[in-house]
Amino acid sequence: MKKRVPLIICMFLGLAMIVQFFIPHSISAQFYDHTTRWYIAIVGFAWVLGIGSIIDHHTTRIRRKKESWYFSYVTLFGLAAMATLGIGWGIQRGSLFMTFWTYIVLPLGASMYAILAFYMASAAYRAFRARTKEATILLVAAFVVMLGMVPFGYYITPRLPEFAEWLLSVPNTAAKRGIIFGVAFGSVSTALKIILGIERSWLGGGAK
Amino acid sequence: METLLILITSLLGVMDAPDVRDNPNDDGSRIIISWQAFAPEMAIDGYEIWRAERENDFEKIAEVNKFEQQYTDSETRNGIPYRYKIIAIANEENVTESEVSAPVKSSQQWFNTGRANVLIGFIVYAAILLYFIYHARRGKNLFIRRLAGLEALEDAVGRATEMGKPILYVPGLSTIDDIATLASLNILSLVAKKTAEYNTTLLVPNRSPVVYVVAREIVKEAYTDAGRPDAFNPDNVYFLTQNQWAYTAAVCGTMVREKPATNLFLGHFWAESLVLAETGAATGAIQIAGTDSVFQLPFFITACDYTLIGEELYAASAYLSKEPLLMGSLKGQDWGKMIVLGILLVASALILLGLPWVLNLFSI
Repeated sequence: MKKRVPLIICMFLGLAMIVQFFIPHSISAQFYDHTTRWYIAIVGFAWVLGIGSIIDHHTTRIRRKKESWYFSYVTLFGLAAMATLGIGWGIQRGSLFMTFWTYIVLPLGASMYAILAFYMASAAYRAFRARTKEATILLVAAFVVMLGMVPFGYYITPRLPEFAEWLLSVPNTAAKRGIIFGVAFGSVSTALKIILGIERSWLGGGAK
Repeated sequence: METLLILITSLLGVMDAPDVRDNPNDDGSRIIISWQAFAPEMAIDGYEIWRAERENDFEKIAEVNKFEQQYTDSETRNGIPYRYKIIAIANEENVTESEVSAPVKSSQQWFNTGRANVLIGFIVYAAILLYFIYHARRGKNLFIRRLAGLEALEDAVGRATEMGKPILYVPGLSTIDDIATLASLNILSLVAKKTAEYNTTLLVPNRSPVVYVVAREIVKEAYTDAGRPDAFNPDNVYFLTQNQWAYTAAVCGTMVREKPATNLFLGHFWAESLVLAETGAATGAIQIAGTDSVFQLPFFITACDYTLIGEELYAASAYLSKEPLLMGSLKGQDWGKMIVLGILLVASALILLGLPWVLNLFSI
C-alpha cells in the first residue's frame, strides 16, 4: 500500500500530462496550470524541510566538533541574518538584504566561477597528454581549433581557420547531435518506465 | 518628399482590411492579424493595431514597427467576435487607416493537429518499448553491451569500504522535474542498497529542496530494503543551498575534508561540473560521472575515471538492477533509435531528390 498509492498517483498524473500535451483546450490548459501550482505548493513544504536539514546538519557538526566545525557557525549565522533581514525589512532594491546579496553573495559566486579558468588549465593538461590514440586525436583536434581561432593561424595558412570551423561545425556537431538523440530517447523511455510503474527504483528499495 | 508621399497616399484612399483568422490549435485565446505593407514603407514609423469587441468601440491593442506585417492578438476570449483595423503612423500621427475587418471569433480545439506527428512517433516508440518489455517478461535473453562506468561501480563501492571512507553522491544540480535527476535518483536507490550491504557511509548533498526530500526517502527505503534500517543516518543526506556556486563550494569542501574514496556525479550539471570533478581528482577519489548535458561531457570525460555519456545515464538503472523488464525497455530504446535513424536517412534522401514538403512532416 505504501508503494502502490504513489505508483497510482504517478501513473494517473503522468498519463494525464501526456494527454494534456496534445489538447490545447482551455480545460486542458487549466489542468496544467493547477498541477503547476501544486508543484509550487509542494516546493514550499520542501523548503521547510530543506532549511530544517541545514540547521540539523550544521548543529550536529558543531555538537560533534567535526573537522572545520566552526564554519558551521558562519553558515547558521548567515542563514539567520539573511532570513531576518529579508522577512523584517524586505528584499526590495536598496534594502540591507539586497546590499548583502549584491556585495557579498554575488562576488563570492563570481569568484568561484572565475577559478574555473584554472581548473580548465589543469584539466587540459590532463586531457592533452597523448597517451592513447583517442587522446592524441583530441590533442591534435584541439590544437588545430585553437590555432584556427587566433590570427596567427591565418598567417600559417588561410585555410586553417576554415578547417577549424569545419571541425567544429561538422564532426563535432554530428557527435553532439548523436548524443542529443540518445538523450531524447532515453528521456522518453525513462519517463514511460516511471509512469507505467516498470521503473520503481525512485520509490527506494526496488520493485517490492 | 516623404510628406508628399504620405499626403498622396492619404488622398488615394485607405489600406485594405487586414486578413484576420483564428489561430489554430489553441485554447481560443489567439487571433492572427496580417496586412499588406503600406506602400511608401520609408515614409511611416510603424503600425497600430486596433480592436473592437462585438459592437463596442475600437481600442488600440498594440504598436509594431513598419517591417512587421503580422500580429498575434493573444488576449482574445473564446467565442466572442472581434473586428480589427490597422493604422499606419508617422511622427505619431495617423497616415492612413485600413478598412475594418469582418468579425472573427477565436475558438478552442480538442486536439492539436500540429502535434499529430509527435503523437504518432510517441505511439510507435511506446509500442516498440512495450513489445520488448513483453518479450523480456517471457524470459527472452537480451544482450546489453558492457558499460565500463557501471561495471566499475561495484568496485568503487568495495574500494570505499576497504578504505573505510565515504562515498559522495551528487544527484546533479537540476530540479525534480528534470528527467536526468529522476534517472540519477533511480541509480541512487541501487547505490544506497549496495552501501547499506557493505556498511559504507553514503553522503548525498542536495541543491534542490524537493530533490533532497525525495533522495532522503529513497536512501532510507533502500537501507530498509537491504535489511539495515539502523545503518541509515539521516544527517548524511542533506540540503545545502540552491545557489549554484555556494553549492559547488560546499561540495568541494566536503571532498577536501571527508576525502571520499568514490565520487559519483550523476544527473544534470552546468559550469560547476569541472570544478567538482577536478577537486575530486585532486583528492585521489575514483570518480564516475554521468550527464545528459552535452556541454559538460568533455569536462567529465577529462577529469573522471568513467563517464556515462548521455543516454547511458538513463540506462544505468536497468543495467545495474538486471531486471528483465528494464532490460527490455533498453532494447526497445535501441530499436527506436535505429528506426528514427532510418527515417532520417530516407527523409534526407527525399529532400535532396527535390521533395522539400517532407521536411514539413517533422515540424511541430
